[in-house]
Amino acid sequence: MDPLVLLSLVTLGLPLLAFVLVIFNQRALSDRAHLIATPAIAFSLVLSLYVAWMKLKGAPQGVIEWSFDWIKLGSVPGFGPLAITNGVLLDNVTAIMMVVVTAISFLVHIFSSEYMKNDTRYSRYFAYLGLFTFSMLGIVLVDNFFGLLIFWELVGFSSYVLIAHWYERPAPQYAAKKAFVTNRIGDACMWIGILLLFGTFHTFNFREIFGFINQGLPLSFSFLGFSPETTLTIAGILIFAGAIGKSAQFPLHVWLPDAMEGPTPVSALIHAATMVAAGVYLTARIFPMLTGDAMLVVACVGAFTSVLAATIAITQTDIKRVLAYSTISQLGLMIMSIGAGAVAAGIFHLVTHAAFKACLFLGSGSVIHAMHRALHATHDHETDAQDMRNMGGLLKKMPITGWTFLIATFAITGLPLMAGFMSKDEILAGATAYGTLQGGIAQALPYVGFGVTMLTAFYMWRQVFLVFFGVPRKPELIERIRESPRVMTVPLVVLAVLSLWIWYGRNPIDADHGWFLYKWIKTPAQIIPPQTAPQGPGYRIPGIAASSTILNNPNASPTFGYTIAGGPMKGSELPSDIFALPTSPMPHQIALERERGNDASFAMSISLGVAFLGFLLAGLFYILRPGLAGSLGRMPILGVVLFRPLYWFSKKGWFIDQIYDYAIVGTFLLTARIAIWADENILDGIVNASARVTVFAARTVGWFDKYIVDGIVTLVGATVQFLGLLVRSVQTGRIQTYLAWTVAGVVVLFVIVRYVILASTP
Amino acid sequence: MNSTISIFPVSLNHFLILSAILLVLGIFVMLTRKNAIAVLMGIELILNAANINFVAFTRYGAINLGGQVTAIFVIVIAACEAAVALAIVLNLYKRFQSVNIAQVHELHD
Repeated sequence: MDPLVLLSLVTLGLPLLAFVLVIFNQRALSDRAHLIATPAIAFSLVLSLYVAWMKLKGAPQGVIEWSFDWIKLGSVPGFGPLAITNGVLLDNVTAIMMVVVTAISFLVHIFSSEYMKNDTRYSRYFAYLGLFTFSMLGIVLVDNFFGLLIFWELVGFSSYVLIAHWYERPAPQYAAKKAFVTNRIGDACMWIGILLLFGTFHTFNFREIFGFINQGLPLSFSFLGFSPETTLTIAGILIFAGAIGKSAQFPLHVWLPDAMEGPTPVSALIHAATMVAAGVYLTARIFPMLTGDAMLVVACVGAFTSVLAATIAITQTDIKRVLAYSTISQLGLMIMSIGAGAVAAGIFHLVTHAAFKACLFLGSGSVIHAMHRALHATHDHETDAQDMRNMGGLLKKMPITGWTFLIATFAITGLPLMAGFMSKDEILAGATAYGTLQGGIAQALPYVGFGVTMLTAFYMWRQVFLVFFGVPRKPELIERIRESPRVMTVPLVVLAVLSLWIWYGRNPIDADHGWFLYKWIKTPAQIIPPQTAPQGPGYRIPGIAASSTILNNPNASPTFGYTIAGGPMKGSELPSDIFALPTSPMPHQIALERERGNDASFAMSISLGVAFLGFLLAGLFYILRPGLAGSLGRMPILGVVLFRPLYWFSKKGWFIDQIYDYAIVGTFLLTARIAIWADENILDGIVNASARVTVFAARTVGWFDKYIVDGIVTLVGATVQFLGLLVRSVQTGRIQTYLAWTVAGVVVLFVIVRYVILASTP
Repeated sequence: MNSTISIFPVSLNHFLILSAILLVLGIFVMLTRKNAIAVLMGIELILNAANINFVAFTRYGAINLGGQVTAIFVIVIAACEAAVALAIVLNLYKRFQSVNIAQVHELHD
């Protein structure tokens, strides 16, 4: 076993250890639970930093895999001996995700130790934070779909428990149930997709499955009679459906805004590092097997989600709901990027987004914390501590929270010198290139990207203006607002610093040559059959596509020399090389890469422009002319016909929750009522009828038993009794009676002998 | 022993009738007397009725002396029986302070 694998396993085990220690000693630990949980996660962070350092420095091109036979199925009919393996796949993406997960989790632990102080279930909270971290680390470490699904469900469970942390109130209960059930839909699809692959290839291992697909699809790989190529598309989309659930993509995004009912640090953990990142990670992990059609579906789902969430975010008034929809929107961008073939950009954005979104969420937590304390001090139990309309001008009172929030806002809106700027531009460049080459509906993707960039700038600056600038809307509160203690502000500062560009490359406007994209994370080569590759018009231009000589040539493209995991595999680093994959990308990937290079500067300038436009609009509406939005709504015709309906459409989240309530929940309830009716009238009728028949039969048998069977028995008894009485009366005990009977007997005998026996004999 | 010279010719039937009368009397006494000793007397009457029959059959029948021998046996056995029966009656008296057999019905119940 490679020492790095061992260290990764320890990294994985520490949060689990913390979970076990805390969950079974809740009462004993009570408010000291963080003394166990935080050091464990800190140690985990140190280990994962070491693993990542060794991996990225020592073997940046390789894949380290260690697996063992986990479930030996014995001899499977029609196949032979089969074992399900489980193990660790350590590549650059895994190494970086480990650092992201443990780092965010560590900061959330620290933040929570103050934020959750005096909570009644303080230790339970920390226990499940550990389980959450453990599950997410498992997802990124595991090397097969089966293990991934297990950790996937563990993530779902931990999020359920944490969202429902304050389960006395109905809203968190409902939110947790909603999150769990919504995720279940995606997970069911994902499991079907995984089983499709397993049914044909008899393995869950990523690399083995990709290797088999690369060798050519067997005809038996068929779902509902579709051809193997279509089945590959279906399998890809089904597995992606799991990501739709976890990463809150349309149509399963509805759980995420409601999940804001959980404690704010948990929201930060869910949104930045653990839960929603899992979906993006999975999509990137299965990217090599995504066909051209599947890529288009993934990209369109991401793009639509991105627009949907961004348009909803601009009218939300709850400080956390804005951020929730912002997360959905940003995740949509990442998914779109992966679908468009820019996987590295998607992963890049996932990592940068983790830092600034965690900063934003913890910052909002800090604000809410301060608001709660101020409200408590003024004995105000009516005002909503999370409503941005009750805030304003907080920057002076909470300078650290305010400035870190501002830096994170710079990052998410894509200001130069920020990490978000680099990753967002990568995504936009990838989407632009894909749109150009793919044509058709994909041409809308870059416009979606730019539109979302503008909306992001608008709603984020709206939030900043409403919360930190302008006049305080509750003057009596503002006097009581105090900056949060250092335990809470230090994580904010750390996250704000992590949102700077320097962690990903030396040049702040050239992410392509920064170490993150240039050395560490590469878009994996696809292994799909060539006829299933994207077939857009752009790929057919002579000279770009069909340069198939590049295929299977490891040194053909200097920027693309990698495999599924960020580098050409070396035989020595692999357990076996029979599943060795082609070490160069497919022709359409090369075309995409070339086009992306052309579009990069164009995308960068446009995105800067639209982001500035969004900033100006937000400034206009919320600083310069605060009454403008209201007066728009009061315009005589346009206000009623256009602005107010649009406002409500956005405010209510496109009425998707209501549609689901009527269409899906309503259908379920109707079905349930029909079932109840059928149960009460038909099934119960049958049961009651059979009961009546039984009762009738029982009565008949009872009557027979009582009168016939018992009658015979009684008759026998009565006869015997009667005879006994009869015979008994003879036994008087008087000797003379006996003598009299004897005499009578003799007389009778005499009569018989004399007149019967003797008379008949001659 | 010449039967032809008797004024009133005595035939077997006369003996049998006498015996029957004795038997009926004996049975009557045996069944109706309360006194145990009277009951014994009735039994003696029955036995003697039988004896008359035996002797009469010896005189008129073809059984030679068998009837008279049997009668002697009966008399002997009747003596033994009377001895045993009287002993029982004595014990009865000791136990119940009475020889009234109507009061002696321990066989019943």
